[in-house]
Amino acid sequence: MTAATEATELRARQDQGRKVAQNREKWAQTRTYISAVVILFWCLAPAYWMVVTAFRDVGYTYDTSILPTHVTLDNFKTAFDTSFGNHFGQALLNSLFIGAVVTVVSLVIGVFAAYALARLNFKFKYLVLGFILGASMFPGVALITPLFQLFTNIGWMGTYQALIIPNISFVLPLTVYTMTSFFREMPWELEESARVDGCTQGQAFRKVIMPLAAPAIFTTAILAFISSWNEFLIASQLSSDATQPVTVAIASFAGAQPNQIPYTAIMAAGTIVTIPLVILVLVFQRKIVAGLTAGAVK
Amino acid sequence: MATEVGPTSVKAPASGGAPIHHAPKGVGEDNRIATQGRWAAWLLAPTIIALSVVIVYPIITAIVMSFQKDAGLDPVTGLFTEGGPAGFSNYVNWIFQQCPAPGGGTVECPPGTLGSQFWSATATTFFFTIVTVSLETVLGFWMAVIMARAFKGRSLVRAAVLVPWAIPTAVTAKLWLFIFAFEGIGNKLFNTTVLWTGSEWPARWAVIIADVWKTTPFMALLILAGLQMIPAEVYEAAKVDGASAWQRFRMITLPLVKPALMVAILFRTLDALRMFDLPYILTGGANNTTTLSILVINQIRQGFNAAAALSTITFIIIFIVAFIFVRFLGANVVEQQTGAGKGKK
Repeated sequence: MTAATEATELRARQDQGRKVAQNREKWAQTRTYISAVVILFWCLAPAYWMVVTAFRDVGYTYDTSILPTHVTLDNFKTAFDTSFGNHFGQALLNSLFIGAVVTVVSLVIGVFAAYALARLNFKFKYLVLGFILGASMFPGVALITPLFQLFTNIGWMGTYQALIIPNISFVLPLTVYTMTSFFREMPWELEESARVDGCTQGQAFRKVIMPLAAPAIFTTAILAFISSWNEFLIASQLSSDATQPVTVAIASFAGAQPNQIPYTAIMAAGTIVTIPLVILVLVFQRKIVAGLTAGAVK
Repeated sequence: MATEVGPTSVKAPASGGAPIHHAPKGVGEDNRIATQGRWAAWLLAPTIIALSVVIVYPIITAIVMSFQKDAGLDPVTGLFTEGGPAGFSNYVNWIFQQCPAPGGGTVECPPGTLGSQFWSATATTFFFTIVTVSLETVLGFWMAVIMARAFKGRSLVRAAVLVPWAIPTAVTAKLWLFIFAFEGIGNKLFNTTVLWTGSEWPARWAVIIADVWKTTPFMALLILAGLQMIPAEVYEAAKVDGASAWQRFRMITLPLVKPALMVAILFRTLDALRMFDLPYILTGGANNTTTLSILVINQIRQGFNAAAALSTITFIIIFIVAFIFVRFLGANVVEQQTGAGKGKK
């Protein structure tokens, strides 16, 4: 065998090796795309089904065609209809109100604690962190019995405060540790620089720290609002028809016939409750994921 | 828990709004920590006080209540019985399933009563927890690995996983109830005619599938965050050294992602142990899907004090599980929290 043929053979083998590697790469890429499609389908298909059903005529509730058929807006009308004892419209307002109060209170109280935990050195820091994390994992069901009795005794059953106070028990810890991890990542050196450049403490806070902290606080507010909006256990026991939030309203949604669950109307209600959240979450996706994973909890 | 309220009691007189100076390290360090400690106490006080009111106080009340008898009509004699100290009888009622018998003493709780359901509810709760968290860990890991790869449309996938997470659990339950309805799309797709909520195993699987759908994204995002902390050079080096894909996964990915993974599993486990919304709405707790939380809720209207005992037991169970995780499985939540700052103070 001459040296020349040996060289060609070697080149051919190298080419083949490169091709194999390329093929493998391509195959890996294809597998990734297949997996991505599976994930997309798994996550979106049930949600899609909710929206499709919400727009489907009630007579075709169990229609299983994948595309929207018998499209109507009647279900949304039914969802807000109060003649079967449903209070969905009122419940939406209740949820907004409860969520807003819980979020504002938790943020106002929690922002100080988060600042201390992120910025200051002090004894018992781990103990305090542990206490707050422990509080966030606390089972709501352990609160419900004493609160049920307490609120019955003082006549608070079915009032807004009876729903707001227990919600603070899990929203406040969530705000504190989410903000703590956001604050820890902030470039606080800038505050110092601003002071060196002649800003007063107040100016440094207003002009440098506030604009930096605002997105963190806003993201935390979204997470806090969502967790209050989604609460069901406590509200299902302590609310009345007048104060019930949307989760309770949807869970107990009644139709014209007692034995028939009005699925299309429920899906319409579910869509109304979910769409704003989904839009909010998708718009602030990056920040929310950062907040979720930084705090390492739902 | 109450003892942890300690730090706030170190309330020093207000330091007159003194700014927090960043003195160079070593210069007046002790003094600085003392000043900061005073500040910290003031800043933390509102949170600690609020949490004490909304958590610590109800817990203490619940424990006190759990040692009281429920006032009410005696089911046997029909006479009104007063409350009063009960000793451990509420706990005995649940754990040994002993109900009060006519003429004093106790008998085994008859089947169908809430008292007879404690152990089955505990078993159901743990069954749901183990199955859902295992499935979510495996699926979540897989999703995270995919989302960590570079491909077109990656941001779309990352956005899509947030959709199930954002849907309220109560809505999720109704949605899956509809999917699993007898004439629903579930039966149509699988070509089955199962009455999903009508018997034990289909009902349980309905709850498990709905829960996995709802919470896997959370798990995936946490694991993804852990994966992204691993520097690419580590993989490059391993590749150069000739490590196979499986070896790289086992020797690099797993150990490096373990802290984040353990925290994710811990949070999901504690969350699953208090599962309520899904089974309550999906099956109403029928067909052996009654979790401990549902049992507590069912008990509340039959007697506060017995419910308080059961909720205390639930709390203790969750506490023990958390303790085991942190102590023996190395899920260091606090460290993970404080260590997340990547060296920045």
